[in-house]
Amino acid sequence: MVDLISFIISAAIVLGGALGVVLFANPVHNALSLIASFFGVAVLFIIQEAHFLALVQIVVYGGAIVVLFLFVIMLLGVDRIEAVEEEALVGQRGTALLAGVLLFGVLLGGLFFSGPDADVAPEAGRTAITGRQAQVVPLTDEQNVTQLGRDLFTRNILAFEATGLLLTIATVGAVVLVRNRGAEDLVVDEPGSAAA
Amino acid sequence: MGHPFLNDGVNFGDVIMVIVMVVISFTLCLVATMLMVWFERKVVSRLQNRIGPNVAGPFGLLQTLADGIKLFFKEDLVPTRSDPFVFKLAPYLSLIPAFLTFTVVPIAGSFDNDPIAEGSVNGSSTIFGREFLWQGADLPVGILFFLAMSSLGIYGIMLAGWSSGSKYPLLGSVRATAQAISYEAALGLSLAAVILVSGTLSTSGIVNGQAGDLARLNIVATGFIPFIVFLIAGTAELNRPPFDLVEAEQELVGGFHTEYSSIRFALFFLAEFMNTVTMGAIIVTLFFGGPAPLFDLPLIDFPSAWYIGFILFFAKLLVFLFIFVWFRATLPRLRYDQLMDLGWKVLIPISLGWLIVLGAIRVAQDGNVGIFDNSPTADTVAVLLIAFVIGGLGYALLRKAVENARTDRLAEAGLTMVANPDSDELSVGSATAHDAHGGH
Repeated sequence: MVDLISFIISAAIVLGGALGVVLFANPVHNALSLIASFFGVAVLFIIQEAHFLALVQIVVYGGAIVVLFLFVIMLLGVDRIEAVEEEALVGQRGTALLAGVLLFGVLLGGLFFSGPDADVAPEAGRTAITGRQAQVVPLTDEQNVTQLGRDLFTRNILAFEATGLLLTIATVGAVVLVRNRGAEDLVVDEPGSAAA
Repeated sequence: MGHPFLNDGVNFGDVIMVIVMVVISFTLCLVATMLMVWFERKVVSRLQNRIGPNVAGPFGLLQTLADGIKLFFKEDLVPTRSDPFVFKLAPYLSLIPAFLTFTVVPIAGSFDNDPIAEGSVNGSSTIFGREFLWQGADLPVGILFFLAMSSLGIYGIMLAGWSSGSKYPLLGSVRATAQAISYEAALGLSLAAVILVSGTLSTSGIVNGQAGDLARLNIVATGFIPFIVFLIAGTAELNRPPFDLVEAEQELVGGFHTEYSSIRFALFFLAEFMNTVTMGAIIVTLFFGGPAPLFDLPLIDFPSAWYIGFILFFAKLLVFLFIFVWFRATLPRLRYDQLMDLGWKVLIPISLGWLIVLGAIRVAQDGNVGIFDNSPTADTVAVLLIAFVIGGLGYALLRKAVENARTDRLAEAGLTMVANPDSDELSVGSATAHDAHGGH
């Protein structure tokens, strides 16, 4: 009962935040709605007793990523209501609509056609989409983080390393893009030059 | 497992317990903040050869209360160009995380680090037949909660500056954001060292692991460096001097709170001092064993009453609050490039390197390295030596890279580098610099 009430409240926050992201005209208000949405997701994690995921959700998404969004919005000064009448790319809206409908269809399909296979016991958690058995292990508070860490650094070590590499490439790429400017754009800000 | 609210229905006694805890935490926070403001003003005054507040109440203790009441009756301004909703929201976004963080700090109780022995307490006390811990909430991931709240606290400052609709607050909030992002990483990495040594994310677990022996204290067990990094990064996270570029009066009027007045300003003020108290409490919890005694005195038998824990905790906290005030009275404000250099090129590499070294030492102590047969101690020494060689190489590389980048950038701008023998930094030849400016 308490689970259900908590779920309804946090789901309302998630959906309300998501709508706010799309519907508000001001980019800063959009970013704030996004935080609300992330918070709702964190509460959903807590209801599932995934405390670690809940707090990582807040630290990484609610804290770091949206802070960076806001930082860029403020620094670039795009924090005013934008004209959305014109399409930036030709056919952007139609494609977006199509992609949205397709994604929604896939989600609905997943919801209706997945679920426990009739042949195996429900706890085995075999799903119709991938056909592979999902790992469903009851977590205790103490083992929560341990299990997650062990799984991440043994079974999924390749994916983990690949993600790390991807982030490194992104960082290097960003630096190269910024540093490749001509000398005429360079602002002299080295220590000591101010006195010259 | 889990919270009783979510599983076996709501127990009336539990509700009362939670409400009492929340009320106690909240009141304690408010009183602590009030005293902190007074303490800071008094100590800074003494360090600057002044007297400080001495009129309201004994020793000026009620000065904060008087200021608070005064602020309450001041005119409440909302600038015309502001974003009214966000402008009104921002002070609360600053205040609420400040209060919430304190709930995971164990403030009393007696810890003996002995899970097996009969009558072991490990921080819990029993009142009215109910066992409980002296903290608002004992989350299984308590210390991450602190990180989450400190990363949320930045929104208050950021949105306050943005929503004010004028230049100085915006500059202040952009600075605050850049600073918070830079130092959060160092803060998290030094925290990871503590978690690695303690083996738990729960704050009461971390405190309990440090009880009973000086060598078990995390400041010793993590090898001092995470503590130093945490103290510096924590001060930066608080936007306290010498890292107070966010509200540098000489440059930014008042920084993010320039446009704030009346009770909204008071809320920011409250949040700032609340955060200081909380950061001190977190440092005490992480590195100095919180309410647990620093060492076992065999001559004096510590009575395992909860209030001994509270006295110890408060004494340790007071030391750190004094250190924060001392920083403020002593150190000049950092320049912006120094702030960024310290965060990215010193604190993050050191804390990351040290975390890896700590991990390697633990592997060696478990006897899983095998350089020397059957001697984990020799292995540990070998691992340490290798780590220092690699660390030295890494440091040399980083320094070379920083220097090369600087030379390249100056070369692109048509400047040359002249080594200044008196300082560590390199300065730019003035004649060529002058030419380059003329060319622009």
